[in-house]
Amino acid sequence: MKRIMEGSMAVAEAVKVCRPHVIAAYPITPQTHIVENLAQMVANGELKSEFVNVESEFGAASVVLGASAVGARTFSASSSQGLLLMGEVLFNIAGMRLPVVLACANRSVSAPINIWNDHQDAAALRDAGIIQFFAEDNQELHDLMIQAYRVAEDPEISLPCIVNLDGFILTHGFEPVEVCDQKLVDEFLPPYKPLNYLDVKNPMTFGALFEPTWYQETRYRIQETMEEAKPLIEGVSKDFEKTFGRFSGGLLEKYRMEDAESVFISMGSVVGTIKDAVDELRKGGEKAGVLKVRVFRPFPTEAIVEALSGVKNVVVMEKMISLGAGGILASEIKQAFYRNPQAPKVDNFIFGLGGRDIPLESIVEAYEKTKKQDNRDVFVDLRKEALEVDY
Amino acid sequence: MVDTAKKKEKPPVVESLLAPGHRACAGCGEALAARLIMDAAGSNTIVATTTGCLEVFSTPYPESAWKVAWIHSLFENSSAVAAGIEVGLRALGREAGINIIAQGGDGATADIGIGCLSGMFERGHNILYICYDNEAYMNTGVQRSGLTPFDSHTSTSPSGSVSWGNPTEKKPLPQIAAAHGIPYVAVATAGYPVDLQNKVKRALSIKGPKYLQVHVPCPLGWAHKPEDTIEIGRLAVLTGLYPIYEMENGEVTKVRKLGKKRLPVEAYLKPQGRFRHLFAKPEGKEEIKRIQKIADGNIERFGLV
Amino acid sequence: MSKPVGIVTKPGSSKANKTGSWRTTRPVFLHKDCNDCRICVMVCPDGVIFGSDSSYDADLDYCKGCGICARECPKEDIEMVLEVK
Repeated sequence: MKRIMEGSMAVAEAVKVCRPHVIAAYPITPQTHIVENLAQMVANGELKSEFVNVESEFGAASVVLGASAVGARTFSASSSQGLLLMGEVLFNIAGMRLPVVLACANRSVSAPINIWNDHQDAAALRDAGIIQFFAEDNQELHDLMIQAYRVAEDPEISLPCIVNLDGFILTHGFEPVEVCDQKLVDEFLPPYKPLNYLDVKNPMTFGALFEPTWYQETRYRIQETMEEAKPLIEGVSKDFEKTFGRFSGGLLEKYRMEDAESVFISMGSVVGTIKDAVDELRKGGEKAGVLKVRVFRPFPTEAIVEALSGVKNVVVMEKMISLGAGGILASEIKQAFYRNPQAPKVDNFIFGLGGRDIPLESIVEAYEKTKKQDNRDVFVDLRKEALEVDY
Repeated sequence: MVDTAKKKEKPPVVESLLAPGHRACAGCGEALAARLIMDAAGSNTIVATTTGCLEVFSTPYPESAWKVAWIHSLFENSSAVAAGIEVGLRALGREAGINIIAQGGDGATADIGIGCLSGMFERGHNILYICYDNEAYMNTGVQRSGLTPFDSHTSTSPSGSVSWGNPTEKKPLPQIAAAHGIPYVAVATAGYPVDLQNKVKRALSIKGPKYLQVHVPCPLGWAHKPEDTIEIGRLAVLTGLYPIYEMENGEVTKVRKLGKKRLPVEAYLKPQGRFRHLFAKPEGKEEIKRIQKIADGNIERFGLV
Repeated sequence: MSKPVGIVTKPGSSKANKTGSWRTTRPVFLHKDCNDCRICVMVCPDGVIFGSDSSYDADLDYCKGCGICARECPKEDIEMVLEVK
């Protein structure tokens, strides 16, 4: 039975059925509803987790690190500045191969301070060795949370996962969600069995000093694991479908791409709006489609090249930028086609930063521009007043 | 005369829970204290350590000197990692009989990690936090920390023609810890090894958060002879500059009295290169008087004589 | 992970590193006036003084020659001598 709920509750309900031993979190808008919901579940006795109210996001990440190191299943959530404050610990969690699962309510990064949505926070952690999912809607979000635990805790993966949900748009947006049944989740997600954990009977050393003769191989291993995670993520999605009757995972999602000549590529909730734009364009006779990147790390390079086979134009729409280099998703897609004679033309647009509205017309307009000229790192809907007037 | 019957009660010396082969400097007070603390705590212990000398000298991969379950994460979070260990073990039902120790140097504890430490105290975790106080950032080359003593020469508080070294006094970390309302706070030194081990055992017998600050002489950073490590520890106490005591539930319950053994601060300052500048110029006498005042204050405050 | 990822599984494996080579002076236990107080054992930073029944010696594979044992021995029963190699 579907229930109408916020994305924050969809995350909390998913976390609940995954039965984490330890939850540690710190408030930040727009993440806070997630952990408030979890705190209430613990207070009501519906969820038997240790809920640790910490003094900072840095502390939250450190607590789940310690708990994960003794073999506990853990959860934390954050956003923007909070995620960045966790950053040092999150690199550490990945390097120590601890399968911590987090939700990130995507929000812009200060300064200037702005609490609304874009993907800059997640982008800042793209090189950390963390598997990153992006959800389009609350159902997918709920389902990805559960899949994230399976992926993270797979003994061949053992890496942290972040499930990204757009701040306010999903965190505070109500949609019908089918909450996964506890019994089925218990089948789908077995108890976490770590290969290495802190134990007085077998006293291992975690977090040793790696000199130049040893360090590089640890990076090699994470990179290798990231590659191996790609087929595993697809497999976990198929398993999920078998158990719950819903396919809501995998590296990519294709929308109206059968005969598409021009394809939008994007991540997160805006994909819904882009799908509407594609429907409009199709009505006008355009052969347009959408390729949704659901898994940002590991970056599904091969799957993207395969999905875009025969496509002439690619229109990358992204809510993040590597300042000084340009669109992040765009540069990774271009790189995927390096020296490929069938490479499509790739245009890219930056939009929706700091929660700027994304009207359907702006998406269509971007599409029209790609027919007339090359578009590289074009900011959509820049406001003249904001650029020209100094207050 | 040695009682022979008593002698037989002592089993042969066994290897410490901090194994040899680690890369601490000869005469390292921190290595000594860590070894004594591990042996007092016993093998049913999980330890979280911050980045610093202790971590670097003991764990160059693939070697580890630790014979207890041990984790190092970052510079500023051993208290929070230990908190995660504690709640994790409890959630898994594996907490019975296990000591959890979080530890770090003075910089990790008093400066960069004080937020996490305060959180650990406030939340009431059953953890013993140990601050190895060698009074500067030794691992990075002797920079000042919040626990560097007044007038000490460090690489970032150097003495010079217009400077007597570190211009501030030590942050009162034991009092800050006690103000959290935690059940046990103690100060010890590697110079009194038996006292140190007794405090570790006492701390571990109490449930809740505990704070133990250990004065650990650093031959390299303090520029004293390696063989003087214990002596320097004793002199710190006997001059009143580093009073060692215990607090339970906020009240000082035990202090090591100096009595007739009390010494002027010069006895502690003179053997250490970090205070050499105080003896190089006649004006240094005024500075030494100021340091004596700090010692006198401690002696009065803790009733050391 | 079925592949090695950098967790040290051998506690006390630092013993592979023989720090005795650092030494410039060496403790000589005279075994004359030892009163079995074990202060030397207690104060050794490296924990490398072993033995029993008033018969103690430093493990020279690891002893760094700091000299604390000789300095602290109440019976002056330990002497530091220059290491000749």
